[in-house]
Amino acid sequence: MQALEENQQRYTVSIFTEDKVGLLSRITAIFTRRKINVDSLTVSETENKGISRFTVVIRTAPDRIGVIVRQIEKQVEVLKAFYYNDEQIVYQELALYKMPTEAFAGSQVVEKIIRDNYARVITIEPEFIVIEKTGHEEETMKLFNELKPYGVLSFVRSGRIAIAKPMKLLKVHLEELENISAF
Amino acid sequence: MEKKGISGAEAVVLSLLAEGVECVFGYPGGAIMPVYDALYDYRDRLQHFLVRHEQGAAHAAQGYARVQRRAGVCMATSGPGATNLITGIADAMIDSTPIVCITGQVGKHLLGTDAFQETDVIGISMPITKWNYQVTRAEEIPEAIAKAFYIAQSGRPGPVLIDITKNAQTEFFDFQYRKCTKIRSYFPKRKVDLSSVERAADLINNAERPFMLIGQGVVLSGAQAEVKEMAEKAGIPVASTLLGLSAMSVHHPQYVGYLGMHGNYGPNVLTNECDVLIAVGMRFDDRVTGRLDGYAKQAKVIHIEIDPAEIDKNVKTEVAVVADAKEALQALLPLLEVKRYPEWMAKFKECDATEREKVILKDFAPTTSLPKMAEVIHMLSQLTQGKAIIATDVGQHQMMATRYYEFDEPYSNITSGGLGTMGFCLPAAIGAKVGRPDRQVVAVVGDGGFQMTLQELGVIMQYNIPVKILVLNNNFLGMVRQWQQLFFDRRYSSVDIQNPDFVKLAESYYIPARRVDNREELGEALEEMLNSQSAYFLEVMVEKEDNVFPMVPAGASVAEIRLE
Ligand SMILES: Cc1ncc(C[n+]2csc(CCOP(=O)(O)OP(=O)(O)O)c2C)c(N)n1
Repeated sequence: MQALEENQQRYTVSIFTEDKVGLLSRITAIFTRRKINVDSLTVSETENKGISRFTVVIRTAPDRIGVIVRQIEKQVEVLKAFYYNDEQIVYQELALYKMPTEAFAGSQVVEKIIRDNYARVITIEPEFIVIEKTGHEEETMKLFNELKPYGVLSFVRSGRIAIAKPMKLLKVHLEELENISAF
Repeated sequence: MEKKGISGAEAVVLSLLAEGVECVFGYPGGAIMPVYDALYDYRDRLQHFLVRHEQGAAHAAQGYARVQRRAGVCMATSGPGATNLITGIADAMIDSTPIVCITGQVGKHLLGTDAFQETDVIGISMPITKWNYQVTRAEEIPEAIAKAFYIAQSGRPGPVLIDITKNAQTEFFDFQYRKCTKIRSYFPKRKVDLSSVERAADLINNAERPFMLIGQGVVLSGAQAEVKEMAEKAGIPVASTLLGLSAMSVHHPQYVGYLGMHGNYGPNVLTNECDVLIAVGMRFDDRVTGRLDGYAKQAKVIHIEIDPAEIDKNVKTEVAVVADAKEALQALLPLLEVKRYPEWMAKFKECDATEREKVILKDFAPTTSLPKMAEVIHMLSQLTQGKAIIATDVGQHQMMATRYYEFDEPYSNITSGGLGTMGFCLPAAIGAKVGRPDRQVVAVVGDGGFQMTLQELGVIMQYNIPVKILVLNNNFLGMVRQWQQLFFDRRYSSVDIQNPDFVKLAESYYIPARRVDNREELGEALEEMLNSQSAYFLEVMVEKEDNVFPMVPAGASVAEIRLE
């Protein structure tokens, strides 16, 4: 994760949209046009059919985030967008590590690292083993650094997914929007 | 509307008719040919104007939209046809003009194969459309077009683009049209929030030097009467942005002028002396604000604006009323107290006197051998009594026209504000005349900008559109020359433009034309132009090195406006 520049903060932006082709470009363009780096981006379907959720992690100044989120909400097919700092959400990332099988042979060290980090082995092949770990970036990186001396063949980390702590449902937000709208 | 077993192409035409469209500006080509074939059957009901370049189609649709107050429609083929629309779409986006663009696209099976004239128009137009959509099946056409019109015209208007693959145009299906009135994820307009209106009224009623700024939002919502009533009741001075011009008569006693880089002296400097700033339907563009940290810092800002994304974007507000300008002002009006601010109004008068002495009298004084732009515009304004629709291009003549034309009728100012698109004027004037054949439409254009879209003289010729074209020829790219003079040490780099014989050129399109290079003939020539029943081309040779003042230099604050 890149260091924050002065007066920047990290925000997790949750965007609820119609499941439509092309929206991804519209949304990313809002960031790229303002030279905002996207640290990670995940898209998935929500509990509501036909509604997707984008989870985007960005760094920007506190006085810009509101404006940016309103620009996102302005897109016709965006239902609602929210932004949070890390304290306002529960979030996770998933990491996979591919290790040579021989790294495990004749030594308990790798096994201990896996156990100490609450990671797990998900595949064992004659040539390689795949380890999985969920957690925050600092945690998945820590495991990577510990495994590195034993030969990590491949390492991949997912974007952040997040759930907001406030209890208000999307449905309620949308009803409120309906109520203040004139058509 | 319903019709069984018709082609997608016919469905396009029927959908446009269902939206009340009377005319389309466009240009045919391979990927849109089925639609053109369908247009042939409906040519008695839907007039197609064949432009000479697709950029002209987009600008004409914009001109039409501005005077008709509904979406203009333009059409082009895939690839180069579609990319030629792009400048006009970008212009419509930044100036919130509703246009519906229909482009042909290669057949669905060819998408993504770099087929002949395949361009990713959806990708290219994405950042400059309010919404766009690619149709790949005929059945999608009515719904896509219905959504397009709804989105283009509702809330803060803007351009939309529908890209239709060729197969979708030729497939047959049972057509049924239902207008779109709602989209689940789209909240174009909010009800007026009475508590913010009350807070706004409170600020205004307790103000000592209130100041109201009006922009394009007033024009779009048709809030001219409400603005006038508010100015009269609450005694507030009103200034307009470039795009707000003509929303209030320049002769109204509460009207104090025009804001921005080349606007009037008073409204610019006094922005930094008001205590409550009421911005209605405007977006604090940098050409209006100058340097932001030197803009209205002393004032409490009330922002009445339909687009929530504009709130606090450039200027922090005390009270935001996110609503349609007309509805917001209607709610605000009864809460306002009757007030007068003689001393505050007098300050504007003082500034006017300064500007008059330092700028206007000089602009009007016949001191040069060739007439100056200001003199020409002033005369045009008097001869038309401020009642004409004035389309302008971009440059010195635009600033002179908007400074000195004394707009006295709403919906009369057609100009490219946010994008500053040279070449806008002529096709936009054509669209405006098609939209308002009953009004005099004058295209005021520079010799540079005229050459960017002059091929549209062909449209004027072919369809007998009586647009009056007034080229103010200084034989320079004047506005750039002015900047080079003031900020680049008079190093005139590529602004000296050699022009063709414009009169002969216009005549080659069978448009009556005349050139004037002296004051004696000017009035009579303008009258001849205005009285002409047909289109008319008038070239006025104007002072070459004239400058537009006042001027807020780029990066300066509004208070640092220069008078000379
Ligand atoms: C398409 C486009 N290209 C370049 C510019 C930059 N530009 C702004 S004003 C101007 C000069 C315009 O000259 P002219 O049309 O002769 O009008 P004048 O300023 O002399 O009235 C130029 C080149 C622009 N606004 N638009």
